[in-house]
Amino acid sequence: MGSRMRVLSVLVLLALALVAPLGHGNYIVYVLTSWLIFAIAAMGLNLTLGYAGQISLAQASFMAIGAYATALLTLAGWHWVLAMPLGLVLCFIVGLLLGYPALRVKGHFLAFVTLAFNTLVFLVLRNEDWLTGGSYGLVGMPRPDFGLFQTMKQLHFYYFTLGITVLAALVMWGIVRSPWGRAFKALRENPIRAESLGVDTRRITLLAFAIGSVYGGLAGSLITPLVQFIEPGSFNLAHSLRILLMVVVGGAGYFFGPFIGAGVVILLPEMLRFTEGYYLIIYSALVIVMLIFVPSGLIGIGARLRDRLRPRREVRADMHEGARLQ
Amino acid sequence: MKERPMSQFMQVLLSGLATGSIYALAAIGFTLVWQAAQTVNFAQGEFVMLPAFFVLAAMSLLGLPLWGALIVGMIVAVIVLGLLFKKLIVEPILPQGGITLIIATMALGILLKESVKEFYSAEAQPFPSVFPGDHVEIMGAVLSLQDIFNLVLCLAIVVALTLFLNRTRTGRCMQATAQNPAVAEILGVDVKRMILYTFLINAALAAVASFLITPIYLAKFSNGETLGMIAFIAAIVGGFNQIRGALVGGLLIGVLDNMTAAYVTAEYRAALPLVLLIVIILVRPQGLLGTAEGRAV
Amino acid sequence: MSTPVLSVRGIEKRFGGIQAVGGVSFDVDKGEILGLIGPNGSGKSTLFNCILGQLKPDGGAVTVKGRDVSGMRASELNRLGVGRTFQQLSVFPKMTVLDNIILAGQEHHGTMLSRLFGPGDAGLTEEAEKMIAFFRLGHLRDTLAGSLSYGQQKLVDAAMAFMAGPDLVLLDEPAGGVNLTMLANLKDRLTAYNAEHGTTFVVIEHNMEFVMSLCTRIIVLAEGRVIAEGRPEEIRANQTVIDAYLGG
Repeated sequence: MGSRMRVLSVLVLLALALVAPLGHGNYIVYVLTSWLIFAIAAMGLNLTLGYAGQISLAQASFMAIGAYATALLTLAGWHWVLAMPLGLVLCFIVGLLLGYPALRVKGHFLAFVTLAFNTLVFLVLRNEDWLTGGSYGLVGMPRPDFGLFQTMKQLHFYYFTLGITVLAALVMWGIVRSPWGRAFKALRENPIRAESLGVDTRRITLLAFAIGSVYGGLAGSLITPLVQFIEPGSFNLAHSLRILLMVVVGGAGYFFGPFIGAGVVILLPEMLRFTEGYYLIIYSALVIVMLIFVPSGLIGIGARLRDRLRPRREVRADMHEGARLQ
Repeated sequence: MKERPMSQFMQVLLSGLATGSIYALAAIGFTLVWQAAQTVNFAQGEFVMLPAFFVLAAMSLLGLPLWGALIVGMIVAVIVLGLLFKKLIVEPILPQGGITLIIATMALGILLKESVKEFYSAEAQPFPSVFPGDHVEIMGAVLSLQDIFNLVLCLAIVVALTLFLNRTRTGRCMQATAQNPAVAEILGVDVKRMILYTFLINAALAAVASFLITPIYLAKFSNGETLGMIAFIAAIVGGFNQIRGALVGGLLIGVLDNMTAAYVTAEYRAALPLVLLIVIILVRPQGLLGTAEGRAV
Repeated sequence: MSTPVLSVRGIEKRFGGIQAVGGVSFDVDKGEILGLIGPNGSGKSTLFNCILGQLKPDGGAVTVKGRDVSGMRASELNRLGVGRTFQQLSVFPKMTVLDNIILAGQEHHGTMLSRLFGPGDAGLTEEAEKMIAFFRLGHLRDTLAGSLSYGQQKLVDAAMAFMAGPDLVLLDEPAGGVNLTMLANLKDRLTAYNAEHGTTFVVIEHNMEFVMSLCTRIIVLAEGRVIAEGRPEEIRANQTVIDAYLGG
């Protein structure tokens, strides 16, 4: 795909995103907003998993940190624009603290550390009700007010979220296009060679994890004004797994994977209401089947189909190739 | 009156060891599969949750008595969680990479959990214990026969497993496969079969753990979350290099869990193993009994 | 006499009951092309891995430019000025040749932050293209490295090893599996690079022709010890060496 084609398709997608909620009821707009927010969380996890090759099971708890920090501060009168960055900084620091020991050792220890961390965060949120409201949660957080532009209405909040999502995506694109992105690609294609060329794989992996966690925090800080009610159960392990599966299903290591994956996980159940209780069973079975045949996710399937239909000489195709989950 | 706290302590300790020995079985199976088959099985908790439901189904659908149902449950578990797991999931996915396989086992865990919830019941079911509720007094502590039986059985299994791995030819072949599959293959070891045995053993261990722990936990589809976490933590805290590591890890968690519930807050009862995990990875990532390099079954 | 670029002193390594390397010492001076040869099982690879920090020797020390490198991570060693090539899987298959080579140089340019906020090529496109031209790979600049022939990959591998301007390059069986024409090309480029930049090479090789024509000095290992050392023509005529290869 030439870069002109790419820019064109991004613009088309953006136009679709702008137009999508129009004419629909509040509930659908809410679902679409939810999709954008989880796409942000999935984008962050994609950096950790798809680009740096580490499994994190704590993305929901970073959302929790962002959500609760934003909630407490906005309830105390701070503006969202000031509350949100604090949540992000907190997530970054926690990400570094958590990732540093876990990534020092070989093996998938980050998966277990994040698993434990997620549960710990849940316990703290549930038990320390003097701060977090415990199981009852926090309620009544205001939607941000920017003077001329208010986000009380569902539709306005959607556009606000869309703006933030686009910014977040641009930042991620900047990271992926930079020499860091090249180092990540090297890390997942041939980590030994990368080390021997001076790539400090431990350090960039840790940073990828910390940045990915910040994205989780950003998503959380948007959940707070969206739902205006948060409680510990929304950020438990099952949700971390959900976000992980979003990344995998969409296509780990592909830039747009998280958007597709989040779409599948959030929009599909809405459309397949009739499956009710069986939804998760079908879904998890399909994920397993997908991992057997096309581990590179839906985008991977798309790439394969495209190659079948139009075999072209690969020129500068490296930016389009996704990860192979190693 | 000095005896009461001491006897209470003994009770908590011994009961903790009994439960811990069951956790150890799950942790040992998990370690075996990780070491010998490069498979980090995130569905291990569900592997311990599920066999109990096979038993319940055998009793209610087939009308079998407990002992018959246990045997059926064990056979089904070994076939489904051992053979089928290896053939249908691990074998096709392992070539795609370790991470892909880990994620597949996570999806498998969800699949098993939701299937039980949907096809059997979302409610907790009582599960019969092998022993009647008789009690025995040891050093002033009141212990159920079931606890003693659990402890003895689990330790016996661990001893048998250790003897099998160290003293029999097959066992040593399995160890060789775990340490260096390429060299083992050259030396004539049927590596594929050794790996299969590993999965079968894990399934059997998980089934035994299931039968012993479910009377306490009650049979519920969501058991896998807790049991899985305990298995992982026990294995990592104990140390991957030896079965003994997982054994010690399991016992430790069983005891700590009981102690926390008895002496410390109930709210943060679940937190102690989690904190322990994070501390161990920080301070001594090879685990309490692990050695800094190398791995052995 | 300036400090040797590489100094190996009394390296010993045991695996269980087998003594793979038993007391090897030598120095390598700037600009030399040293060849390490020996029959299978002579301990060449073990020694090589000890020098690279992949294996910890049971005895002895390895110093590069005067610094002890035991236990150093590969990335640290690289930043010290040591490059290496690999026998297999030496390139990044889904990246273009140009990207492979830019990557090889980018970690030596600027800081982590400048690599995040600076230009996407870390300012190295020109330098990378010079390296590509030097190895006569210009026509493959935008091809995915994974689709190159084996010999071409070896050239890219060498280009990557040289990109950061190392003082010492360790070449792990560079001639293995490469066809004759490409071999001549490879040898020519390595010699030219050494002449132009004065980079020190240490080469492990089985291919006698290649080693004899490329190297300025040769060390022969057998059963973990040095049995001969000298210029190629001296080694060729050395009876001990001939016996070691032919004998039991």
